[in-house]
Amino acid sequence: MLLEIKNLYVKYGNIEALHGISFTVDKGEIVTLIGSNGAGKTTTLHAITRVPPPEGSKVSGGDILYDGKSILNVSAHSIVADYHIALAPEGRHIFGNLTVEENLKLATYSRKDDAARKKDYERVYDLFPKMAERRYQRSETLSGGEQQMLSVSRAIMTACDFILLDEPSMGLSPLLMYDMFRVLKKLNEEGMTILLIEQNANLALKFAHRGYVLDTGEIVARGSAKDLLNNPDVKKAYLGG
Amino acid sequence: MFDSIFQNLFNALQWGSFYSLIALGYTLVYGVLRLINFAHGDIFMVGAYIAFFLSIFFFKGDLALSGSTTLVLVIPLTMILTSICGVTLERIAYRPLRRKGANRLYVVITALMCGLILENGNLAFLGASRKSFPELIDKVVYQFGPISMTNLKIGVVLSSIIVFFILNAFITKTKIGMAMRAISYDKFAIPLMGIPIDTIIVVTFVLGSSLAGLAGILFAMSYPVLDPFMGALIGWKAFIAAVVGGIGDIKGAFVGGFLLGIVEIMAVAVFPSTFRDLIAFSILLMILVVKPTGLFGIAKSTKI
Ligand SMILES: Nc1ncnc2c1ncn2[C@@H]1O[C@H](COP(=O)(O)OP(=O)(O)OP(=O)(O)O)[C@@H](O)[C@H]1O
Ligand SMILES: [Mg+2]
Repeated sequence: MLLEIKNLYVKYGNIEALHGISFTVDKGEIVTLIGSNGAGKTTTLHAITRVPPPEGSKVSGGDILYDGKSILNVSAHSIVADYHIALAPEGRHIFGNLTVEENLKLATYSRKDDAARKKDYERVYDLFPKMAERRYQRSETLSGGEQQMLSVSRAIMTACDFILLDEPSMGLSPLLMYDMFRVLKKLNEEGMTILLIEQNANLALKFAHRGYVLDTGEIVARGSAKDLLNNPDVKKAYLGG
Repeated sequence: MFDSIFQNLFNALQWGSFYSLIALGYTLVYGVLRLINFAHGDIFMVGAYIAFFLSIFFFKGDLALSGSTTLVLVIPLTMILTSICGVTLERIAYRPLRRKGANRLYVVITALMCGLILENGNLAFLGASRKSFPELIDKVVYQFGPISMTNLKIGVVLSSIIVFFILNAFITKTKIGMAMRAISYDKFAIPLMGIPIDTIIVVTFVLGSSLAGLAGILFAMSYPVLDPFMGALIGWKAFIAAVVGGIGDIKGAFVGGFLLGIVEIMAVAVFPSTFRDLIAFSILLMILVVKPTGLFGIAKSTKI
């Protein structure tokens, strides 16, 4: 097991957002976490990436194991630099005052592997030709969809082998969404482990191998993507019928 | 008449250099932390005192080095020691507050208190008597037609210009510089890039404080009388220069510093010298009324 969330409790101040959730992600898998607004999906990802307060929350119980080791005491930057887990956060959080290329360059901050790093620029520009086109453009002038691609590209540039995606389809047209998922599939085929959060449960379950359904801080259903797609409760609550 | 204008302009550049070097420190820290480091003027004072003690040690002490050797040693050492002072403030005062997520108001008040502690600590331990800075280099006067320039003044102006271009290259070209710019836009995403925020903040304080240290040396050489409160007014003025330039932007701080120098000197050229600060601040106020974000500042909602 690559990632194991064990009975995780998370609090914002006195308000508990996650009430003891458990799930796992294996190496090379695509796992999706679905759930409606406020279910605790983003909270879960922020706990894994150790986003510090005040932006982040506090883990009040349970554990997060990565490769069998607890990462609860690891700092946020080290999760990326040393554990190679990257997050493409909800709302993109690109550095709008920097160019596209500078955004990508910044993501390589802790990397020392010069040759591989050069290749990764080509890889990203190859996966997202739009990024190559917009390379020298100040990134806040990108369209919403392009910013989303930049956010994912940036995560790739950190040399992660586990990527957490918080609603990567947000703001994308159906065509771009299709593109994005095609790229993610390709990354996975190249060995990237993916934990995906999506509002669009239908899409996510068609794409992932396995899934978990999160409802107000608790996991209420789990299984292979196929089973969840056919689960009547899930169908009713999240797949519109 | 014209002659005196050019002469004044040159003097303005010298004062502008001091303001610019100090304003850069305000703007760097603000850009990265959204903190107005009101202790920064006193860091400049600390720099001047460090330069003073080092100079006495190398120049007047048993070593009795030559003035120019002393200067070559004093410049880097003062910059290093002053930045240690700046980083110490960040460590013991600002970082703990940041960790606790303290309201910005408390952090600003802490900065003001740190400044007062530096001033009064100096007063308490070194006494109220003023220190006079030794003359390290012989004054050479160059006469360009009607304008006279001293080697020291030329040195001051050139140093500030060179330092600015080095700093600008650092901010635009290096990854740490990029991270400093990026933090001001989105602090949340910095650790997501594998960047330790604290490292970037420490580098920011090192840069800002070492420039204040350099300003301290240059100022002490130009106006060789030091007292514990020498940083207060200059600090305020440099802060205003940074705001007028557009705080958070290093070009703004640089230009703002020179602008303030020019406005001040021109005010004295026309009005009695007691009017200097009144007129200078009134003009800066008018600039801010017309363009509240400062000359180079851009209104941006993400700037908190
Ligand atoms: N900074 C915060 N302070 C207090 N409560 C918070 C904070 N962030 C999230 N919460 C609460 O935690 C719960 C889970 O929020 P979270 O953002 O994880 O939901 P989500 O599943 O990502 O929702 P969405 O689909 O809308 O993004 C919500 O009830 C939310 O109100
Ligand atoms: Mg969310």
